[in-house]
Parts: sequence; structure tokens; C-alpha cells
Amino acid sequence: MKLRRDVFQAIADPSRRAILLLLATQSMTAGAIASNFNTARPTVSKHLQILTECDLLKQEQKGRAVHYHLNAEKMKVVADFLEPFRKMWDDRFDKLEDIMKSYEPKK
Amino acid sequence: MERKSKITAENGKQEITITRAFDLPVELLFKAYIDAEIVEQWMGTKVLKLESKRHGCYQFETTDPMGNKHGFNGTIHEFEPNQKITRTFEMEGSNFPVQLEFLSFEKQSESTSKLTMHVIYKSVEVRDNVLKLPFAQGINMAHNRLEEILFKQIK
Repeated sequence: MKLRRDVFQAIADPSRRAILLLLATQSMTAGAIASNFNTARPTVSKHLQILTECDLLKQEQKGRAVHYHLNAEKMKVVADFLEPFRKMWDDRFDKLEDIMKSYEPKK
Repeated sequence: MERKSKITAENGKQEITITRAFDLPVELLFKAYIDAEIVEQWMGTKVLKLESKRHGCYQFETTDPMGNKHGFNGTIHEFEPNQKITRTFEMEGSNFPVQLEFLSFEKQSESTSKLTMHVIYKSVEVRDNVLKLPFAQGINMAHNRLEEILFKQIK
């Protein structure tokens, strides 16, 4: 059984963020990805496994090689996680502004 | 003039900054923070207590759509009319530690002003989790809606 992973925990790791950055423009094989890092190959494989388990990466079979590429949809969710917080405050501040524009001091 | 609220949350830091420009004189913006009735309206909360002064404290109570009550409270450390409020903020009954908020109110012109909210959290992890709260709730709400729709179809 695959462990369900937290996306935000996954991207908290600097190596995993570096992998995502690397794959931002192209799909790559595990070997090609690993050649960009000084860490041992199994370590990179572990990172790829975690990123795949939480849907940030997708695997694609091309001939004998497995290529990894970004799952754009999931990446968007991660990139947007601050937006609801910003929107919450924006809505409150909009309301504040509306209320105060029609504010009349009590006698 | 950029009127949207902006959030600065740098990676790996235990703080955030929220800024917002208002089409309001700074006195009115400040008033919206110290008048209990007005706070109730724009924050969408019940104000149980609001002592806007140094060493004063406040207590809010919000009822969520399910009818559960959530308490918030804090202490005011610095209070300078139309300039700044420094206060703590605590979500009661949650595991989130107290946060420290520096609110600064700036006059931009006779009729415009700017608010800067600088919030310090106990750790980077706490900050990230607080920022994700509305996001997580949004996802849960979407799930609940989905369940409702599916449930209706089954019936």
C-alpha cells in the first residue's frame, strides 16, 4: 500500500524542490535527473518516489526508459495555496473599506 | 493605486507581511480597528471584549457554518492612535501557539491610507500551517460539496 503523502512536506525538502525546478522545462529520466546531483542515486530515486506518490510528478514510459515530468495541475494547487489566505484578508479589508466609507460619527 | 492586499511570505521564515492600501483617511481606518461594532461587521465575528489601550485585551467569538463556536483573544502591548497597534493573537482550543502582530497605520494623503500587518509566528512550521488553514478549509469544503452532490444522486 502506498503511503499518502503531504504535498507541502514533499516540497519542504530543498533537493525535491531542485528536482521540480529541473523538470519545469523538460521531462527527464531518473538517471539524467540524478546526474545533476552529488547525492547517491538511491537518494534521488527516493525523492522521485515521494514526489510521484503525492502526484507532483508523473511517470511516462518511453521505450525502455521511464521519463518523469511535472504534473502541472498539482503544481498549480501548491503555488496557489497562499491565495485563499490573501483572499480572506482582501475580502475583510474590502468590507472594512465599504463600511467606513459610509461611516457617520454618532452624536 | 494598487488596492489589493499583498502578502509577503518568504520561504523558511517565521513571519509574514500583509499590506493593503485604503481609500479612507487613516483616522477612519484606525477607527475600524477600535470600535467593537465595526470590528464585528468587517471581521464577521462577535466581539466579547475590546479594550483598545496599552495592556488592554480583546476577545472575539466566531460561529462557523456548522454552528461551532471558535474563540480568539489577545493582549494589546502598544497602542498609538492612528499609528500603531501591537498585539498578540491566540486561537483558543487549537494547537496553534500565540502569534505576535505589529499593525502600522500610515497616512498616504487626506483621503487615503495604508495598513501593514507584520505577523511573527513561533516557528516556520507554525507559520506555514496557519497560512494553509483557509486553503485546507477550502479543500474540505469542496470535498463536502462533492459528497453532498454525490449523496443526492444516490438518493
